Amino acid sequence: MDLTYTPEQQAFRAEVRAWLEVHVPKHPLEHYDATREGFEAHRKWEATLKSGDWGMVTWPKEYGGRGLDLIQWLIFEEEYYRAGAPGRVNQNGIFLLGPTLMEFGTHEQKQRFLPPMASGEEIWAQAWSEPQAGSDLAGVRATAVREGEEYVLNGHKIWSSRAAFADWAFGLFREPGSERHKGMSLIFFPLDAPGVTRNPIRKINGHVGFAEIFLDNVRVPAFNRLGEEGQGWHICMATAGFERGLMLRSPARFQQAAAALAALWKDRKDTCDPVLEADVIRAHMNAESYALNIYQTASRLMAGAKIGPEASTNKIFWSEMDIHLHETALAILGAEAELLPPTGEHDWLDDYIFSLAGPIYAGSNEIQRNIIAERMLGLPR
Amino acid sequence: MDFTLNDEQLMFAETARTLLGDTCTPDHWHRMMQQGAGFDASRWAQIVENGFTLLLLPEAAGGMGLSELDLALILIEAGYVALPEPLAESAGVGAPLLASLAPGHPVLADPAAIIAVAPAINPVVANADVAAAILIEKDGRVWLAKPDQVRLTPAACIDPLRRLFHIEWDAGKAEDLGPADWSQALDRAALFAAAQGLGLAQRAVDLAVAYARERTQFGKPIGSYQAVKHHLASAQTAIEFARPVVLAAAADVGHSDLHSRARVSHAKIVALEAAEQAARASIQVHGAMGYSWEVDVHLFLKRALALKAAWGTPAFHRSRIAARMFAQPLGADQTFARQAG
Repeated sequence: MDLTYTPEQQAFRAEVRAWLEVHVPKHPLEHYDATREGFEAHRKWEATLKSGDWGMVTWPKEYGGRGLDLIQWLIFEEEYYRAGAPGRVNQNGIFLLGPTLMEFGTHEQKQRFLPPMASGEEIWAQAWSEPQAGSDLAGVRATAVREGEEYVLNGHKIWSSRAAFADWAFGLFREPGSERHKGMSLIFFPLDAPGVTRNPIRKINGHVGFAEIFLDNVRVPAFNRLGEEGQGWHICMATAGFERGLMLRSPARFQQAAAALAALWKDRKDTCDPVLEADVIRAHMNAESYALNIYQTASRLMAGAKIGPEASTNKIFWSEMDIHLHETALAILGAEAELLPPTGEHDWLDDYIFSLAGPIYAGSNEIQRNIIAERMLGLPR
Repeated sequence: MDFTLNDEQLMFAETARTLLGDTCTPDHWHRMMQQGAGFDASRWAQIVENGFTLLLLPEAAGGMGLSELDLALILIEAGYVALPEPLAESAGVGAPLLASLAPGHPVLADPAAIIAVAPAINPVVANADVAAAILIEKDGRVWLAKPDQVRLTPAACIDPLRRLFHIEWDAGKAEDLGPADWSQALDRAALFAAAQGLGLAQRAVDLAVAYARERTQFGKPIGSYQAVKHHLASAQTAIEFARPVVLAAAADVGHSDLHSRARVSHAKIVALEAAEQAARASIQVHGAMGYSWEVDVHLFLKRALALKAAWGTPAFHRSRIAARMFAQPLGADQTFARQAG
């Protein structure tokens, strides 16, 4: 155990910091879920990142990455959030599908899909949930029928983040007649393919953050299937492991928010209930606990371990700490908490609203607790 | 940057797990409680034999010169068995404190000698009656007294396996060892309390899991009900996020700076919170049995309560975190920062 950065890691941090200082937009971009313009501005930012080779630092060079390790990725993320760089519009691609492709994709699939993912040329949405298949994901009904070298896709997907404006989706489909966890395949389809209709859905903050997708005889090449036919469930669970365990929510995001909260407290404590200081300190502790846990996970993975069901504890922890942090901010703002802030100022209210989605997406926290109880602790199903 | 434990550390922890698991079983607890005992000489002898009391002592003082992290891993296992003997306070706090002031002190020559500690922050002294020496804090100095040189009054503790004493003493009868860094002793004590907290928490969860798999109601094991599962999943989550803080605090504690103190305090708060949460969840899952003396879960709740308040209350430790937060830069790049200068 050595909790110091090597000179190489420090040099890497300096390199990231210097690049971001020059390139991060001086004014915040419009949110990628707010309008098409906001979405495209974020795509442009992804291209800028790619121009510096920062698209996805952990991927091999041949697929558009830098071949760096997970500690370097954490350092990159720390600098990224510290610099206030734009949110990653392609997070479903780079953080979820990317690592899954790396594990289950063929060389040809990696070559085809990873570089444009790293550069933001192709932005991805996840198409798993259906109106009748949410927490019970094995209930998906959308079908994929093999016809020669093609699949014909039919069905109704919903709650697909970014799908209103994204280019591609990775969906979960089943062979007609198959049941539950069997017969499912993970298949990619372009969101502008003939037969695809997408209807934006407004989130509680008014943004069109997600969409429902109707597939009516959508034809895609069999090349677009990830892994073996019928292996879809297994692959989805691996993706969910990345989502919950490591990549989707890097610690830096919460540490920056906790630091901003401490600054807000310093600013306003003279007019606040002093009892709130304990919550400000708690928010800092939580962010640190999360960071230390993720550093530990990164070290374990680098030493050859795999992400297991403990990933579900991460998802519970970050989603609950995020709510606590933001409700503390609103408590400090007091009577002003309901006021929408001027453009460009820290939007605690919007972040609070977003934090409420945390215990729902990426597998509800109720499901995560079931997973912990059954697969970590060995309680009966 | 590497958060993994090495093979030697894992081996030590495994040895401790086996030794303590074999010698500190529920039968042992029950027997000690019946006898009103808080110390088992034969178990202590085996702990000594395995070198655990010499771990932190520098080699110059006849010790093994290992780190706080190595001892913390063993004390996690001590917590798991609610170990009554004062391994944490004697080997983890008393011995290194004495060695820092008087490396050649005769008390250090005996690895079985128990060194009790009486810091100003604690109202009582643990295991003072079986100690070879008691290190007492006064005016920033350390005074060494033997139990027969002081007046010990037993202080009844809710934890039946924890033996506490009020101490009255006279500087004229004690040995003045000079000024000492009591904050370092407090850091170690808080760290090792946190390590024990992790073990207490995991045992409380494990006891509840075992019970919930066996106990049936409405024709099914109660552990198959989500309401029961979720109590234990929440407790396990608290453990998973306290553990890396404790390990990082152990790796850091030697720095004795604003950052290491904040991390130790953080570890103490969250590990004992996890222990209390797990014990309470375990009591709830055990139902009426959990509220009885028959089931051992109460031992884990009581030890958690004791360690939570000893060596600095949560409020005290929170103030040490605040000292770091409001005096030094915060943010994503500051997790492993050290105080400048």
